[in-house]
Amino acid sequence: MHMATTLTINGETKSFDAPPDMPLLWVLRDILGMTGTKFGCGIAQCGACTVHVDGKAVRSCVLPVSAVANRVITTIEHVGTTPAGAKVQKAWLEAEVVQCGYCQSGQIMSAAALLAATPNPDDSDIDAAMAGNICRCGTYVRIREAIKQAANGRQS
Amino acid sequence: MNAHNSVSRRTLLTGSLATGFLLAFHLPLRAAVNEPVQPEDKTDDKFAPNAFIRIDPEGLTTLVMPQVEMGQGIYTAVSMILAEELDADWAKVQLLHAPANEKLYGNPIFIIQATGGSTSVRAFWKPLRDAGASARAMLVQAAAAQWGVDPASCTTSKGEVTHKASGRTLGYGALAAAASGQTPPKDVPLKDPKDFVYIGQPFKRLDTPEKVNGKAVYGIDAIVPNMKFATLAQCPVFGGKVGKVDDHAARKIPGVRQIVVLDDLVAVVGDHMWAAKKGLDALDIAWNEGPNAKIDSKAIWEDLRAASAKDGVVAKSTGDIAKGLASGEKIEASFELPFLAHATMEPLNATVHCKPDSCEIWTGTQIMARVQSEAAKAAGLPIEKVTVNQHLLGGGFGRKLEPDMVVAAVRIAKQVEGPVKVVWTREEDIQHDVYRPVYRDTIAATLSGGKIASWKYKIAGAAIIARWLPPAFQKGIDIDAVDSATDVPYEIPNVHVEYVRAEPPAIPTGFWRGVGPNNNVFAVECFIDELARKAGKDPVEFRRGMLANQPRFLSVLNLAAEKANWGQPLPARVGRGVCLQPSFGSFIATVVEAEVDEQGEVNLRRATSVVDTGIAVNPDTIVAQVEGGLIFGLTAALYGEITIEKGRVQQSNFNDYRMLRINQTPKIEVHVVKSGEAPGGIGETGTTAGPPALRNAIYAATGVALRRLPIDRKLLAAGKKA
Amino acid sequence: MSGKMRILTSLIVIALVVAALGVWIIRGPGPLDFAGGTKVALADYRAGKPTGVPAKLEKASLVERGEYLAKAADCMVCHTKPGEKDYAGGLAFKLPFGTLYSTNITPDKDTGIGNYSDQDFLGAVQHGKRRDGARLYPAMPYTSYTFMTDEDVLAVKAYLFSLPAVRAEAPENTLSFPFNQRWAMIVWSAVFNPDTRFAPDTSKSPEWNRGAYLAEALAHCGECHTPRNLGFALDNRRKFGGAITAGWRAFNVSSERATGLGNWSDADLVSYLSLGHAPGHGSASGPMGEAVDHSFSQFAPEDISSIVAYLRSVPPQPSPDLPATTAPVAPASHKDGVTADARGKKVFASACASCHGWSGESPVSPMATLTGTWAVNDPAATNVAQIVISGTKRHTPDGALSMPAFGNAYTDDEIAAVANYVTGRFGTKGSKLTAKDVAELREQTAE
Repeated sequence: MHMATTLTINGETKSFDAPPDMPLLWVLRDILGMTGTKFGCGIAQCGACTVHVDGKAVRSCVLPVSAVANRVITTIEHVGTTPAGAKVQKAWLEAEVVQCGYCQSGQIMSAAALLAATPNPDDSDIDAAMAGNICRCGTYVRIREAIKQAANGRQS
Repeated sequence: MNAHNSVSRRTLLTGSLATGFLLAFHLPLRAAVNEPVQPEDKTDDKFAPNAFIRIDPEGLTTLVMPQVEMGQGIYTAVSMILAEELDADWAKVQLLHAPANEKLYGNPIFIIQATGGSTSVRAFWKPLRDAGASARAMLVQAAAAQWGVDPASCTTSKGEVTHKASGRTLGYGALAAAASGQTPPKDVPLKDPKDFVYIGQPFKRLDTPEKVNGKAVYGIDAIVPNMKFATLAQCPVFGGKVGKVDDHAARKIPGVRQIVVLDDLVAVVGDHMWAAKKGLDALDIAWNEGPNAKIDSKAIWEDLRAASAKDGVVAKSTGDIAKGLASGEKIEASFELPFLAHATMEPLNATVHCKPDSCEIWTGTQIMARVQSEAAKAAGLPIEKVTVNQHLLGGGFGRKLEPDMVVAAVRIAKQVEGPVKVVWTREEDIQHDVYRPVYRDTIAATLSGGKIASWKYKIAGAAIIARWLPPAFQKGIDIDAVDSATDVPYEIPNVHVEYVRAEPPAIPTGFWRGVGPNNNVFAVECFIDELARKAGKDPVEFRRGMLANQPRFLSVLNLAAEKANWGQPLPARVGRGVCLQPSFGSFIATVVEAEVDEQGEVNLRRATSVVDTGIAVNPDTIVAQVEGGLIFGLTAALYGEITIEKGRVQQSNFNDYRMLRINQTPKIEVHVVKSGEAPGGIGETGTTAGPPALRNAIYAATGVALRRLPIDRKLLAAGKKA
Repeated sequence: MSGKMRILTSLIVIALVVAALGVWIIRGPGPLDFAGGTKVALADYRAGKPTGVPAKLEKASLVERGEYLAKAADCMVCHTKPGEKDYAGGLAFKLPFGTLYSTNITPDKDTGIGNYSDQDFLGAVQHGKRRDGARLYPAMPYTSYTFMTDEDVLAVKAYLFSLPAVRAEAPENTLSFPFNQRWAMIVWSAVFNPDTRFAPDTSKSPEWNRGAYLAEALAHCGECHTPRNLGFALDNRRKFGGAITAGWRAFNVSSERATGLGNWSDADLVSYLSLGHAPGHGSASGPMGEAVDHSFSQFAPEDISSIVAYLRSVPPQPSPDLPATTAPVAPASHKDGVTADARGKKVFASACASCHGWSGESPVSPMATLTGTWAVNDPAATNVAQIVISGTKRHTPDGALSMPAFGNAYTDDEIAAVANYVTGRFGTKGSKLTAKDVAELREQTAE
């Protein structure tokens, strides 16, 4: 059964037909064509699909679209308009974090949510917020460094 | 396309690039990389002296990337090398994925158009510099002709030719048309490395800005109008076939459009991946599993051990091994490495539109031309009717040196009206990989005067080269399988290396980041530590004693020891381990510091690598590659193993094929040694370095000499001894 | 009679009395004895129809009625090996003294029950007697099914015989002595099988009687939720007080208010049984998840209500090892609350927090919320460890619900650590599992 669904994504109202159990990930990617949010595992073990729901980092691959009506959804395409997101993106470039980049949408979304909630995270905060995001290229050292840079506003 | 006027040398040289995806950076006029229809590569009025460079009248400099970008930073490195000799204006550089064209973009080391083996900079260093220098010379000639001056009196910098004496300057854009008419000079001199302005500087990567804002387009992100989405199931038993498919439940799922049943796979096509996936889950498929259903890991290991007991083909023999081994206490060991999956973060995928007379493909691959030819075979079309649109790769690691994901997608797409994006679930990706093969290495050695006197080393494992690049498989030796075994850095009077080709039954095997050296450096460096202990020597000291004639190795080893505080006291059950490796044309020493707790759990504390990779094109990328490579290798050392039961892979996703995470990552320091030597490879070096250094750290911390990977934590609990 | 004889006779009588008393003590009351009211034969009961199928299926074919009853009796889960054909048997039951394998109950004549007459089938289901006369082990809950009417048992048979025959030989059981002595089950059965059909209780409502029939004769709730006595039979003195079965803890489902169902609303119970989830009470997983997916979710709504009415009447039983209440929501920050187990926290951050959150309230699905569940409030952490090891895969009306299995990539030590961390953070009292405990739990569920 498909249902007409309306969501607020990145400040815009989007209407589409989707089965209620369809994860937000596939709505974003396959219905709305917003491919910045990535598919990695489908079981919330890698974090590549992370989006913000009401400002919190959530794995969209296991998030049924029916659960997010009336919630504020932000994706990687728009996170740069939030203060924390902008800082994180800038720090990511300054620290040259990215390699293949496929996981980085999710890493950035997790990091931006962390900074929005905890403006000066210590190492344990970074571990708690980022351990759910796998990076196969192994950019973890720079992710940690970039989060600290973003928090301190330091320049590299 | 205004093709008629563009039939020129340029077209002949570059082939049709009309379908390449344009990646533009640093410029307001960005290519619309998320548009399904890509901008054409109009070449009419451009200066296009070779396969890699074209300059338009505005000075916009497009560089065509012969090697693919999968995270290793090669697009930036290639651009830096081209721009260096071209004296291009870096701010006006934009990049284009090369199309499938073996002649123009073949890797000089492999001949075929492939990115892998840490060869990109090594293979293209000279051709790219020549291309840049030649183009620059043509631009200078054009300017000199226009001004009526001696080309030798002109200089170039940042995309401009200047005649100092007359104070005249012309941009490359303004010279583009005239330069096209110039004859390419022969034997253009290359820059003296001391004059490099780009190479050696820590440049920001060109591909990163769009990777932090969600705009970068990977193969899985390709959007083609009216495409459908599909996912597939192949027989869980390797080589098995589809028996009966009951699809009545699947057809009831909203959004499911079509069930494609081929002899060895079933795919569900739907309006989106969710429908396809639910449809696939709802299928009741009876497989004809075939004879391979009897295969399991236990039998594979027994076979390999039996093969490893046989004599192999001699890959190297110096001195007199028989005499050498007879002249002292023979110390022996064997080392075993498991099957590994690649698990690129971007699951395997390809988007294909098959029409009766053509086939278009959107994917990210390490083997453009082979993908094109294999797709042509699968589609039953002449090769020129197949177009491959290259994309960024969400990780390669060797998995995308295989065309199987594209071939499967083409076969499915042949049954589908219109374009279809075929995406593998992570489970399918893990269970139908082309695995890093199992290896077993046996070593026998003798010591004399605190040094190794004789060294007999035998590798048993699959010959990937024999399948992947048959002409390179000569005299029974897989040059990859013996890589870093035939060139150990240490001075040893009697050395004998053999190779036994042992193919595991039914399990497909292929290249995996670090390739052959992963196996050999692991066995060699682990055994060196055991020999050091036997000789009563510190592992670094022991190595130093055999490196008198290896200044580059000696210097990275000494610096690594210094930077890692080698020899300084550590708490109980904490150890440091060292690894020295000759692989990929680089000279690297690594020290890992690890703690093994009472329960046998391993905590990584610190990793230090010192890298002499010759001229470092982009030093920060080298640091990043070693950092990431270490994590990749350490992940495998701690967790990586694919096991087989009843002919099927038992692992499926990140819950049971585990990855190292940020909260387990040690501090990593990478020091790049300044060097004027030709560049070495770097992308795989860290992966090779991590496991032996970690194993040796565990050896130091616990006394347990592990000889298999992954690390068996049960063997490391307190109270266990070697 | 001589003096000697008299003494001997007295001794024999005393011995018999002691033995009978012993049996009576061990056997204890029957599953429905707690109700205490007047029982009448089913044929004499006029207030309602506690047996058979719900009203909407009254007119259905025998096979359809049998299907409903087979699902209500949850035959399939035990008689199907995961990944193999339904009802073809082969599922392993790991017991402390060996492994039992369920049998093929498809109508295959060689390896299934294709040769069973009605009488044979009744013998097996109600009396624990195989067609060849051999005794069944009580892993087959015939001491519950014995309460089913002949009509209902034969409807189930008709359904099973309507299914495709599957050729599948079950593996040999691997029980050790003396448990491999099937004849001993004759004695066991004589003592512990009530061998009687359901008799309605006229002091209770028709709804209660329907619920009692469904819960006792078909759904066999007690087989998991009632502790066992010395003879491995159900100890109905502690009826529904909770027990460990197949390595999982079946919690207290008596009417006790703190740790049983006394404080659950009707709506919660209905939701839990029919969907496998009730807000604030967590989600069914492990054997109960299977029971919901294959059995309770197929029940007619009025049958679920009947079971609820029945459950309400079961006298309260304490769960002394459980806290009086479940713990409230944990703090949102990883830094607050219980963070003692560093390794457990590491594993939780990596593999668990994405779905379960640091507070225990899931950011992705109420089904994944840990707060309020007995599993995380059980200081033994049995079910927490089990679900980490083997995961869960459930089918709900809102789609599949699953948790991946971590048992193959995480060590016993890591699983113990994360279970201790989870029970400490989200429960009332943290568990103290060791790697050895986890190894034993794995043993109990290993296939």
